[in-house]
Amino acid sequence: MAAKLAMIFFSMILVDNYVLVKFLGICPFLGVSKKLNSAFGMSCAVIFVMTLATAVTWPIQTYLLTPVDPATGELRWDLGYLQTIVFILIIAVLVQLVEIIMKKYMPPLHKALGVYLPLITTNCAVLGVTILNIDNGYSFIESIVCAAGAGVGFLLAMVLFSGVRKRLEDAKPPKCFEGLPITLVAASFTSISFMGFGGIIENIFS
Amino acid sequence: MTIAIAVVLVTVVGLIGAGILVLAAKFMQVEEDPRIGQVQACLPGANCGACGYAGCADYAKAIVEGAPVNKCVPGGAAAAQGAAAVMGVDAGETAVVNAVVGCKGANEICKRQYEYEGVSSCRAAAAMYGGPFACPYGCIGFGDCEKACPFGAIHVENGLAHVDPAKCTGCGMCKEACPQKIIWMHSSQDKPVVMCANHEKGAITNKECSIGCIACMKCEKNCPEGAIKVNNFVARIDYDKCTGCGKCVEVCPRHVIAMPADF
Repeated sequence: MAAKLAMIFFSMILVDNYVLVKFLGICPFLGVSKKLNSAFGMSCAVIFVMTLATAVTWPIQTYLLTPVDPATGELRWDLGYLQTIVFILIIAVLVQLVEIIMKKYMPPLHKALGVYLPLITTNCAVLGVTILNIDNGYSFIESIVCAAGAGVGFLLAMVLFSGVRKRLEDAKPPKCFEGLPITLVAASFTSISFMGFGGIIENIFS
Repeated sequence: MTIAIAVVLVTVVGLIGAGILVLAAKFMQVEEDPRIGQVQACLPGANCGACGYAGCADYAKAIVEGAPVNKCVPGGAAAAQGAAAVMGVDAGETAVVNAVVGCKGANEICKRQYEYEGVSSCRAAAAMYGGPFACPYGCIGFGDCEKACPFGAIHVENGLAHVDPAKCTGCGMCKEACPQKIIWMHSSQDKPVVMCANHEKGAITNKECSIGCIACMKCEKNCPEGAIKVNNFVARIDYDKCTGCGKCVEVCPRHVIAMPADF
């Protein structure tokens, strides 16, 4: 059990990294990775929201959209096609609620994460992690671990890439490459380097 | 039937979510200082950033937390007094700042080095050998400044940008947009401006433009205060020393020095 959880966690960080391998959440990856501080703040908010969103959407999927009759093992009803829209709705409500609660009871945390929370409301990486958890058939605990791992993977990608971008600022690329083009080229190299992790985790934990 | 279930389910989930949010907003409201809203109402709302803050809302918050009230350039004295009245402090002095375009080279004056048929943007044109005009320092005239101005105060006529001082608030958006860096913020309305930025030697300038500064030094020699200096082949005025006597405007053979009233 522990080995499987560890395997899920680490493979989400390295092998199935949401940004660099699955190419989800590219918008904040390019937008907020300019400075290490904001990259770190954004990633912490993503870890937080991903875990929380999974904790809420997993029961919704299991008990509301596609409940299984324990006696027969068949679906009581199948509303699986509503998954995307219901998940978006719930994640949006959840993020807003968390923001209100944080503003009231945790002002320092709100000040640190506050700017980034609304950005995450409809982030595809958050929606992606909740849906892929269901598609992979993970249990509740596995889903949570997977979401946390995806968040940490996002953090790793953001922090690594903000370092790369700092180097890019000093570099003098040809004029036509300045700004976003050279950033995208650098992002693709970072992504290729993560391809090298493929297969590592399975071999370590099995 | 399926449609009905789907609609009902999503509506119910949405309503529950909305209900939770409404309750949360009601019971966990954070009291904001009402003065922030009042101060913000005094500011022009252009969000230009000339005050050094991220926008009008951010500056209003900073004022309530004790920042000086006279930092808003577009709002000028009116905004400063309004904010000062809310805060109960002294407004302080606000200078009238206007943008000036440091070039007089309209279409017929400036010689062309090639015909430009690309994107209608100064920034794009400037990337092609400094623009289509022979003088690489002058106004290109595609109106990047005009597009950037939130107040409609700058217009391109005959290939040269003109500032309407009545509408200009001195926010500096045009200055940021100009790829030639020839829009300056001028804070002394009774003192002259050298409307040229050509740093080439007089003879070369003369070939490119019939009215550009040729660094003849006449203004420098005739200035009673020693406020005007020719530096790097173009005259520049030190506004701390300038008294606005207008001597340089009279002696300039190229008529490139002008008072703001005569632009």
